[in-house]
Amino acid sequence: MNEETTHKIMDLTNLTLTELQTALQNGETTSTAVTEAMLERIVAIDNDIQSYLTLTDELALAQAQEADERRARGDDSPLLGIPLAVKDMICTEGVQTTAGSKILEGFVPPYDAFVVRKLREAGAVILGKTNTDEFAMGSSTENSAYVTTRNPWDLSRVPGGSSGGSAAAVAANLAYGALGTDTGGSVRQPAAFCGIVGLRPTYGRVSRWGVVAFASTLDQVGTFGRTVADCTAVFQTIAGHDPHDSTSLDVPVPDYEAALTGDIRGLRVGVPKEYFVEGIDAEVETAVRTAIDKLAELGAEIVEISLPHTEYALPVYYLIAPAEASSNLARYDGVRFGPRVAGVDMIDTVKKTRALFGPEVKRRIMLGTYALSAGYYDEYYGRALKARTLIKQDFLNTFDQVDVIVTPTTPTTAFKIGEIADDPLQMYLQDIFTLSVNLSASCGISVPCGFDSQGLPIGLQLIGNSLQEATILNAAYAYEQAANWTGAMAEQPL
Amino acid sequence: MSDLSRSDVEKIAYLARLELTEAEKALYQRQLSAILHYAERLNELELDDVPPTAHAISQQNVMREDVVETPLSMDDVLFNAPQTAQDQFVVQAILDE
Repeated sequence: MNEETTHKIMDLTNLTLTELQTALQNGETTSTAVTEAMLERIVAIDNDIQSYLTLTDELALAQAQEADERRARGDDSPLLGIPLAVKDMICTEGVQTTAGSKILEGFVPPYDAFVVRKLREAGAVILGKTNTDEFAMGSSTENSAYVTTRNPWDLSRVPGGSSGGSAAAVAANLAYGALGTDTGGSVRQPAAFCGIVGLRPTYGRVSRWGVVAFASTLDQVGTFGRTVADCTAVFQTIAGHDPHDSTSLDVPVPDYEAALTGDIRGLRVGVPKEYFVEGIDAEVETAVRTAIDKLAELGAEIVEISLPHTEYALPVYYLIAPAEASSNLARYDGVRFGPRVAGVDMIDTVKKTRALFGPEVKRRIMLGTYALSAGYYDEYYGRALKARTLIKQDFLNTFDQVDVIVTPTTPTTAFKIGEIADDPLQMYLQDIFTLSVNLSASCGISVPCGFDSQGLPIGLQLIGNSLQEATILNAAYAYEQAANWTGAMAEQPL
Repeated sequence: MSDLSRSDVEKIAYLARLELTEAEKALYQRQLSAILHYAERLNELELDDVPPTAHAISQQNVMREDVVETPLSMDDVLFNAPQTAQDQFVVQAILDE
């Protein structure tokens, strides 16, 4: 392509989602034009990043054309004609959904997940399915059975995980926004590593119907955007009650976009001392402390708080999540979907078929099976459920005193591919600041708050009480507008 | 607790219906033991009087109207199966003659 065309494509793919909304509303561009630009950019650079597992280019162009026709008829839905990416943990009718696993290779769902249906009804364009650690178990996408996604800031580093494909796609301007899933930090941690915004809503705020199950009391769909407003726009569309998911909450959906006022005067912001301890990178701590000063400048009241059971969150999580996973993943037996590896009898067939699971998934199935097995249930799973009560209570007590809790999203910036892949406990420690949100009834968001000396993005986590997404979104928005990292975060090298 | 033995690992693998190679058994014996030792820090907590939390936000008895909905078609349901016959999933015999 000539230089002029390259420049034009860059301009369109550089737009934020909200800038694109305006451009589409003003007739300055069309969904077809931006979808073509996105697909061209994906073809040009995604070989280096590997954020997409499946590209649905023909479908996307058809959706774009339909969106342009809807707009011509006067439709002005917020996501109309906007190209987005969907994590491959989320079912898409007629489009292969693998959960990053060989055991679902070739699986074509007969229906859309609730969240995908919401996006389609809103007229969004779905570009494709993004890479994930197998069954969302991991913090780097290195556990994907297909590819390892690379961090757009440094191709030798991981994008985080498990929703690393979605995060890398949004960071590299290969989608205007994306869906991920967050069971222990799988939206917030990759958002932090890739320099974008990632929201994990309160459990039940978004339907899990049609989402491949990992740990059913912890799983929740979350959204990515290059800005808080972008992240909010996608979240606004997918939030809400779904009768097909009995854990989905039947409570009204606020106008989150209207909540983004940038005014946080008087907001009580808690800083938990347990999150600034040994193991946290000094540059991460400095960036987060500087961000907290910025919140104070904006009129927030900073309060030192304590979440005394923080150190127990990791062992609790790594008993409960594998226990739930071992039960959920029992369904993969080569009978109703996925490949079958034939053995001498039925049990042998099931065992051989399940050998298609990758090493981390097998490890967690083994761990969960043990924690639930006769003689060990009380000692492991039972104790974990009780300790979960104490962690949840920490948060409920704290939200009597403060509106928002602020922490680093991750202890370090993005690590090198292969650096900790052989040490499961080291990998699990990646989630140490995020997984308490999942264990309690909280919601959390990661927003960029600077770079380390290697030029890698750092994330600030804001945690809110149940269903207080509007509060954390506005706090993140106020910080984002004042600290103004958005321009620098858009300068990723690719 | 002591480390998991090889036979513990084999028993868990059988319960989970996972076929493991010898190398995997050795790896998981070591790694699961390390993870379980790490989890033992929960023993520091006094939990006797603490109720368990299965769901952080729990709803009970979620009901809907008893209305018949249109299910997936038989073709859709069977589409992803590795082997089907006469609108059914085919598996190996489970009971002996």
